[in-house]
Amino acid sequence: MEVAGEVLASESQLHVLAVDDSHVDRKVIEKLLKISSCKVTTVESGARALQFLGLDEEKGSLGFNGLKVNLIITDYSMPGMTGYELLKKIKRSSTFREIPVVIMSSENILTRIDSCLEEGAEEFLVKPVKLSDVKRVMNDCIMRGETEGNKRRRVDKRKFEDDNHASSSSSSSSSSIPSSPSSPLPSSPSTAATSSPLHSLKRAKLRDHN
Amino acid sequence: MELVQIQRRLVDYTKSLFMEGFLDAQFLQLQQLQDDSNPDFVFEVVSLFFEDSEKLLNELTIALDQPNVDFKKIDSHVHQLKGSSSSIGAQRVKNACIAFRNYCDVQNIEGCLTCLQQVKQECYLVKNKFETLFRLEQQIMASGGSVPTIELGF
Repeated sequence: MEVAGEVLASESQLHVLAVDDSHVDRKVIEKLLKISSCKVTTVESGARALQFLGLDEEKGSLGFNGLKVNLIITDYSMPGMTGYELLKKIKRSSTFREIPVVIMSSENILTRIDSCLEEGAEEFLVKPVKLSDVKRVMNDCIMRGETEGNKRRRVDKRKFEDDNHASSSSSSSSSSIPSSPSSPLPSSPSTAATSSPLHSLKRAKLRDHN
Repeated sequence: MELVQIQRRLVDYTKSLFMEGFLDAQFLQLQQLQDDSNPDFVFEVVSLFFEDSEKLLNELTIALDQPNVDFKKIDSHVHQLKGSSSSIGAQRVKNACIAFRNYCDVQNIEGCLTCLQQVKQECYLVKNKFETLFRLEQQIMASGGSVPTIELGF
């Protein structure tokens, strides 16, 4: 079973699954991604996204047309399943949790941003999404793919060498953090996702956005 | 009219739309995405917007006409309209939607009705503006010219 991060280097084009209930936004994000040299599949709901991934049947991260999905970019506010709920389902799946997920939202609400990042979202983009946002996301994903790959190999090696000093640098953030939107976000060093300098830089960038 | 004159007219017209607040920077983003492989991209996206907005405005009219107004539903529709207008850079429509949502939040029916009229008006106005814009572009293309791009910071 292949994992998204490892295959990134061998794929010539990243395949992005874009999820948005707005027809206009689907068209725009598709174009933004194609211009950034991605293969794009657009779907109109979280349910369709899960169907495309084959998540219910745990077939692996191959979409129905056989292309591996390297990144999922989803709108937050959607009827039925929200982007946040989709994010959670993906991050709690052993097959798909390595796929980076980016959330888009027209509403720049700090608690919302924090909850998404806590659940393991790569980035939170404020709509309307611009070309520079998409390019930055693609660069971050490529960078992440390389560093995560290296980290994983180091951790595996270390496990062989010394079992007692296991995983303070574990790259899979599967521990669930209770998200309480009303309280200020505590810094949680137990998860690699929130303790990386890139992550706090992202939060700072997002706060300055408006 | 000379090609150069039509091109000049298009540039001036587009600039005026920005000055008058009909369009914002997001529209320029859309134009940047248009290329030879997809020369009608902006037209297609804008057309999609008007298809969607017509449906949403009809739904809103019906929803506000109910004996028991469902403000949650109305808010959801206005949110959608706000989102798509924002995505194409239709600033005045977007702002009208923001005002609409405020009245929705406090469940003020009269306010909502006024805002609905406002949003309809803004959609109508910007639709006419776009039609003029696209017509000028077509004239330029028909004369064998290329559509001039607007630079930011004019």
